[in-house]
Amino acid sequence: MIPVLALHAVVGVGILLAAPALRRTSSLLAMVPPVAALAFAGTIAGDVIDGDTWTTTLSWVPGLGLDLDLFVDGLGLVMVLLVAGIGLAVAAYSGSYFGPNATSARTAGLLVLFAGAMLGLVTAEHVVVLYVFWELTSILSWLLIGQRHTDAQARAAATQALVVTAAGGLALLGGLVILAREAGTWSLVELLADPPRGAVAGTGVALVLLGVFTKSAQYPFHAWLPGAMVAPTPVSAYLHSATMVKAGVYLVARFAPAYGDLDAWQPVILAVGLTTMIAGGLRAIRQDDLKLLLAMGTVSQLGFLVVLTGIGFEDATIAGVTLLVAHALFKATLFLVVGIVDHQAHTRDRTELADRRLGAGWTAVRACAVLTAASMAGIPLLAGFIAKEEAYDAFLHHGGAVGSVGIVGIVIGSVLTMAYSLRFAAVFWRRADPDDTAVPAPRTAFAAPVYVLTVLTVAAGLVPAAVIGRLVDRAAAGLLGIDAASKLALWHGLNSALVLSVVTIAAGTLLWRWNEPVVRATARVAPPIDGARGFQIVLEAVFTLARTTTTRVQTGSLPRYVGIILLVVVGGPAALAVATTSPPDLPDPTDVPAQLALACSVVAAAVATALVRRRLGAVVVLGAVGYSMAGIFVAQGAPDLALTQFAVETLTIVAFVLVLRQLPARFHLDDERPGRLRRLLVSAAVGASAFVLVLAVSGESPERPASDMAVERALPEAGGRNVVNVVLVDFRGLDTLGEISVLLVAAVGVTTLARVGRRPPREGARPLPDGDPLDPSTPEYRDKDAIEEIRS
Amino acid sequence: MKRSMVVDVTARLILPSALVFALHLLLVGHDRPGGGFVGGLVAGAAIAAIFVAGGVDDVRQVVPVAPWTVLGAGLVLSAGVAVAPLLLGDPVMDAWKLEPSLPLLGGFKISSALVFDIGVALVVIGLVFMVFEAFGDEEPPEYRGEVRR
Repeated sequence: MIPVLALHAVVGVGILLAAPALRRTSSLLAMVPPVAALAFAGTIAGDVIDGDTWTTTLSWVPGLGLDLDLFVDGLGLVMVLLVAGIGLAVAAYSGSYFGPNATSARTAGLLVLFAGAMLGLVTAEHVVVLYVFWELTSILSWLLIGQRHTDAQARAAATQALVVTAAGGLALLGGLVILAREAGTWSLVELLADPPRGAVAGTGVALVLLGVFTKSAQYPFHAWLPGAMVAPTPVSAYLHSATMVKAGVYLVARFAPAYGDLDAWQPVILAVGLTTMIAGGLRAIRQDDLKLLLAMGTVSQLGFLVVLTGIGFEDATIAGVTLLVAHALFKATLFLVVGIVDHQAHTRDRTELADRRLGAGWTAVRACAVLTAASMAGIPLLAGFIAKEEAYDAFLHHGGAVGSVGIVGIVIGSVLTMAYSLRFAAVFWRRADPDDTAVPAPRTAFAAPVYVLTVLTVAAGLVPAAVIGRLVDRAAAGLLGIDAASKLALWHGLNSALVLSVVTIAAGTLLWRWNEPVVRATARVAPPIDGARGFQIVLEAVFTLARTTTTRVQTGSLPRYVGIILLVVVGGPAALAVATTSPPDLPDPTDVPAQLALACSVVAAAVATALVRRRLGAVVVLGAVGYSMAGIFVAQGAPDLALTQFAVETLTIVAFVLVLRQLPARFHLDDERPGRLRRLLVSAAVGASAFVLVLAVSGESPERPASDMAVERALPEAGGRNVVNVVLVDFRGLDTLGEISVLLVAAVGVTTLARVGRRPPREGARPLPDGDPLDPSTPEYRDKDAIEEIRS
Repeated sequence: MKRSMVVDVTARLILPSALVFALHLLLVGHDRPGGGFVGGLVAGAAIAAIFVAGGVDDVRQVVPVAPWTVLGAGLVLSAGVAVAPLLLGDPVMDAWKLEPSLPLLGGFKISSALVFDIGVALVVIGLVFMVFEAFGDEEPPEYRGEVRR
């Protein structure tokens, strides 16, 4: 598995680097890693289905106990097969979709990297490794949504997706760390085998759920997913239907058996999941843009999946895993179909498609579209039906409040699913009218992935036990720690679940024909603040906060800045030092006679600095303070320090002179008494606290000063006689490296500040993109029309 | 600004000896007072003298490379010495030392610490130079009257 992950990384980065040159070959190259992943899955599939868990480990940061631990059990195998299988289909498809150009290569490279991250996520055993892959998928998703980076709407959508999922990722990290500390292990498997309990662990679980809900686009965090539909269709098909959004489902499935018995667990899962399922469905039934319809449908189905996999009892888990597979198969196919239509007809709006003719050459694609939409709706003989039957059965037999609420909720959700599936399928079902404009048929290679995925959907529906039965059993059994034996079959006899299915199909068809009243009613009761608007409000609040803070703190008054900094010094370290250390005896100033004279010179020069009216004069006497200090260092036997002090002082004076050229020759005298008094007080406080601080610090004498150790070890260990230098370049070498990095940054900053506005922009410099999508004051902040489109 | 011949000549006289002194400080730093930081500062002070005398144009003549090149080279050198042992499987900043002996010159030592220190010195020199570039790019001082250079 680790070589497979490495292959993804190498191929992905390779394609990205060579993107302009590759063009045509990139999609072929992009198919190599998924094939490798599938081959790997094939080699371990037998053992995993027999109940083994495949594991591997690679030492990563041994000092932190951070190892690249991977494991594949039943659920892991399902996810690996989905990620690699759908990945292969999308890679094959995107070559035709984009045509041979650099965008195609860039997308292919990012998709390969994404697939690698996703494989890592579903096989990670170490919780930190899991988190790292989780965030990698968020970042790659951001890059993929923002592919058309010149488009303000794409940038805004990408940013929203990143902000929401990465914020959820941070919550997840917090939750995982809390749980891991409570459990005393970083292993996901061990953590879930013996889950820690209590209030602290409860907080951790809540944070994990927050991460799950953002990633899987659950209400109220769903808004980023429809926005993400600005991405190219292969990206939407892969990330936003089949894989990335399933990461949350994957995690909730892992956590449900361990924490399903918490009091709040089932109500939260039911409330969030069912709300998402129904609200997403209500939006899907009124969309005209086929891709947005699928996106809203995906939100709805994700709610369904969270309910099934998260609720934590056996039959529901089996139904959940079945739906996981069925949904990936049909939703990826449907997105690919929309992509083909969009590519050939240059529209994906159902009202515009109404007068286009999908004639000769479209038959197979149309059949596939109708079949997979039927699978989504849960029509018998198809994979979606098997999953929904199983789900109905599970909740009907569970009983109690959970069973009743659950069955009502998922039936309503499924009716809506039926309705929007019909709305989608009608575009393809329609008999071709010879008067309409013909749309050129896609090439066979373009549509081939659609055919393959549809065959799988049909096969899984006709003979579920043979195609996915054992896989699903193993996944559910591994999760629940029992010997699950599902009854996945096409025909269970005449039972109440079948009756409900018939009711669902009938009600869904009615809703499809007459959806006006429902659409109008939901528009009336829709909350005033939906997800997209909520995100906007939060973002604006953050900007307002930042702006207010900045105007308060950054007043532009230099005396005020200096005053704040100095007061912090007085109030912070100095106060601490005085409070914690005992006042030592005053050192004897006469131990080196010369330093008495030098000290007098320091004091005299310091006083003079405060009295001199001319700026240049003040700098010169300030220099005298510094040189006298250097003299004291010499007297105390610190030649290194003295040398440095001399050189620094000289350079400081030159730097001062450079800046003083810009300032008036004399200090401006403040005539107001309060201002002068304030400054006097601050100066006196700083002087006094510096005195006390030095005294307090020099009075501290630990049992074995660090300097003794450095002196002892300098020659034998570092081979140097100058202890100061040995400390700088050897014992504390990394500190020095950090310091010179800071110097470099400071130099760049100083130069930039000094040059602001002084130089015209370079010839041929690239102009900034129009408008900052993150700045609410610009029109590009959010495309208002797009928001309305999503909301309606 | 007026250009002063006395300052000009003094700066030119100081420069070579100051640079040699800076080099000395840098090389002996590990065993005697000195080191990369001080060495860099002394060299920086010498450059400052040139700047006072002739402005940033004269400084550019004395140091024929761009300030950011000096700065970057220094950090790359120091960071390189720090990271290089990783390639051999040793910990970061693992020290090494050569003590070759040359005819006439006798024995001397080259250590990772020295290379590291040279990087530090370059960063300091680059910083000083960069400050002059940033603030000092105004009219260079001119001689008063008819003095020819």
